[in-house]
Amino acid sequence: MSAKLASIFNEMMNGGDVRTAYQNLEKWYRSMPSELRSLKQTEAESLFRRVGITFAVYGEGGDPERLIPFDMFPRVLTAEEWRKLDKGIRQRAAALNAFLCDVYGRREIIRAGRIPEHLVTNNEAYEKAAIGFMPPRGVFSHIVGVDLVRTGPDQFYVLEDNCRTPSGVSYMLQNREIMMRMFPQLFMENRIAPVDGYANALKKTLASVAPKKCMAEPNIVILTPGQYNSAYYEHSFLADLMGVELVEGQDLFVEGDFVWMKTTEGPKKVDVIYRRIDDSFLDPLCFKPESMLGVPGLMNVYRSGGVTICSAPGAGVADDKAIYTYVPEMIRFYLGEEPVLENVPTWQCAKKDDCKYVLEHLPELVVKEVHGSGGYGMLVGPKADKSTIEAFAAKIRDKPDNYIAQPTLALSACPTFVEEGIAPRHVDLRPYCLVGESIELVPGGLTRVALTEGSLVVNSSQGGGVKDTWVLAE
Amino acid sequence: MLSRTAEHLYWMARYLERAETTARLLEVGARNALLPDASGGYRNDWEAVLQAKSTLEEFRDKYGEPNQRNIETWLFFDADNPSSVLSCINAARENARVVRTALTAPVWDAINTAFQELKQHQRTERSKLDMTDLTEWTVRNCHLVRGCVLATQLRNDGYEFMGLGNSLERADNTARLIDVKYYVLLPSLSYVGSGLDQSQWALLLQSMTAQRAFNWTYSGEITAQKIAHLLILNRKFPRSLLSCVQWSCDHLDNLAALYQTGTRAQEVAHRLLEDLDRATVDDIFDEGLHEFLARFMARNAGLATTVQDVYLNGIPA
Repeated sequence: MSAKLASIFNEMMNGGDVRTAYQNLEKWYRSMPSELRSLKQTEAESLFRRVGITFAVYGEGGDPERLIPFDMFPRVLTAEEWRKLDKGIRQRAAALNAFLCDVYGRREIIRAGRIPEHLVTNNEAYEKAAIGFMPPRGVFSHIVGVDLVRTGPDQFYVLEDNCRTPSGVSYMLQNREIMMRMFPQLFMENRIAPVDGYANALKKTLASVAPKKCMAEPNIVILTPGQYNSAYYEHSFLADLMGVELVEGQDLFVEGDFVWMKTTEGPKKVDVIYRRIDDSFLDPLCFKPESMLGVPGLMNVYRSGGVTICSAPGAGVADDKAIYTYVPEMIRFYLGEEPVLENVPTWQCAKKDDCKYVLEHLPELVVKEVHGSGGYGMLVGPKADKSTIEAFAAKIRDKPDNYIAQPTLALSACPTFVEEGIAPRHVDLRPYCLVGESIELVPGGLTRVALTEGSLVVNSSQGGGVKDTWVLAE
Repeated sequence: MLSRTAEHLYWMARYLERAETTARLLEVGARNALLPDASGGYRNDWEAVLQAKSTLEEFRDKYGEPNQRNIETWLFFDADNPSSVLSCINAARENARVVRTALTAPVWDAINTAFQELKQHQRTERSKLDMTDLTEWTVRNCHLVRGCVLATQLRNDGYEFMGLGNSLERADNTARLIDVKYYVLLPSLSYVGSGLDQSQWALLLQSMTAQRAFNWTYSGEITAQKIAHLLILNRKFPRSLLSCVQWSCDHLDNLAALYQTGTRAQEVAHRLLEDLDRATVDDIFDEGLHEFLARFMARNAGLATTVQDVYLNGIPA
């Protein structure tokens, strides 16, 4: 093992000793015969297939219904570690929402000179149709997914925020479900905080932001682009758990002051839409005229308070990578607190000095597109060859505003099943924070793991897998 | 319930029933080919089987003259044939997948498992596959899904729409199965008492798992009238046309009760039921069995269209 890997924090180990939180798991792994292991792995896969937990990849040939590789070795966070994350994530979610209310309202933070105006108003995700409208309870982003990485026992960094429609929560729930089914004794030996309250909390959150015009029990729906979307399974899974209808644009229409869905008994009023489609597809009359996924006239109803859209149109401006650098500033500005969780140090190529530094240090940096996602369009300096770096440098010079750079972090690793037994693999963590009448956070999240040795890319579209994530009960 | 959800449930049930009928026909055709014919060779009923599925032309275009192996491929595995077992199970599963939230876990599990197993069969070498096993597999899986629906689904509107898809499709399929063999039921003098006659009748009953039902229900010798009565007018037989229409009426009545308002669909269904209820075997043979069946299929299809119009298109009635 290289010296470099040795300096990486292995979450199971403390020097040569196994950390207390992992001791039971380590015994469990040692006592598991290898036949049983492969048997269980097959069982897990067939469970995923049978339940239909797949993500769809169309247009690439092969089986369009793929499985995300599931690693059976759980990742463990102690109660103490979680306490800090919990506090930091709630703080962040509150600040991000305060920021959204502000930039679509009085723009205090800009006027106070704490964030440059052009970063907000010239931002593609800044939605003009949302200016001057205050959504119920002042919440724009009802589900905030905070992506975290870890570099040491006490060092977590926020890698990015997801304020629009973060996906993956169904894996958090199903990974747990499958682990409990396959290894019930593990859950007797370890006190693990449950995550299954998520659906209920989500429904409560959505109901709490129903429009004022809604007098009765709010009718909540999930709006999906349809069965060919890669996250369709998740959409239907959440609808099922909450007991609400899963609708497509074609199922909804606008008449008078409200949105209606087409049912076998005629039209039924819709009060809250948890949309899993992008802003630009919501309403062909307001955004992309060619969108077939949305509902003509929806934005008018929204702006007149006839329906709540979650997350609110325009919420994306808060999770942009250029805005990200200012989140600690938002926390100080709106909440008067010091951030609990740190940002990864970030260079903004839009700034001249930063850009110069980035171009000089490309081989040691990770460079990302400001609006990119899914691990595409990024440069991992230490892994790239000379010509790739030169080509990327040209792209940065061409459009500096489009890029940010961060140091290559020594991401922590968790024990992961591999051919020869277990080996450390890099992981990240995405908890899901709910914002409505109150802020709710279930103890846990989605751990993604880069299954290839040495790889830092955890995205499922590029060879990443998932793990069950345990938060030990107090 | 969303109209689109209801529509997917309805078609899921239709496709499952259709898959089962195709499998039954395949089994009958294969058995028939084992029987000696009058000319010293074996009988070939495959054309009739293809006709029953209205797919003879498409088959000829693709494969030419019918032979058993090609027909088995066409009816079981061929994705170009919209009523092959594969196409129907894929379509049923696709409809189910879209509305998973409206299905219980056991129902989804049953459909999805059948779909996954079928993919395995598809990858298996044909010489290692036994056609009888495959048809039995199909019928068993269709039974399993219906059983899961019966045992676990909420008795809400979704349940009624699944039932409607099932009953409307079965009515159509029974009529097709009889129609393909209608000539053996004609009380023509030349056939009476001949061995051919008996085995053809047996085959028709067999295609609907009705041999035992027939023997338990009717005494005395087997006649064309009795067989026609069993398959068309007997309320005790669960695949008879009358049973299927009664079943459609029940589901529509339940919907009307649930929604506290009736629609045109109930009227159309009950008219069809009354006419069938009044009919006698003699009336049917007087009209001409083939003509009667064609008229029935058209009315049943009309009922399906009405159901589509008033419940599934999402336009307020």
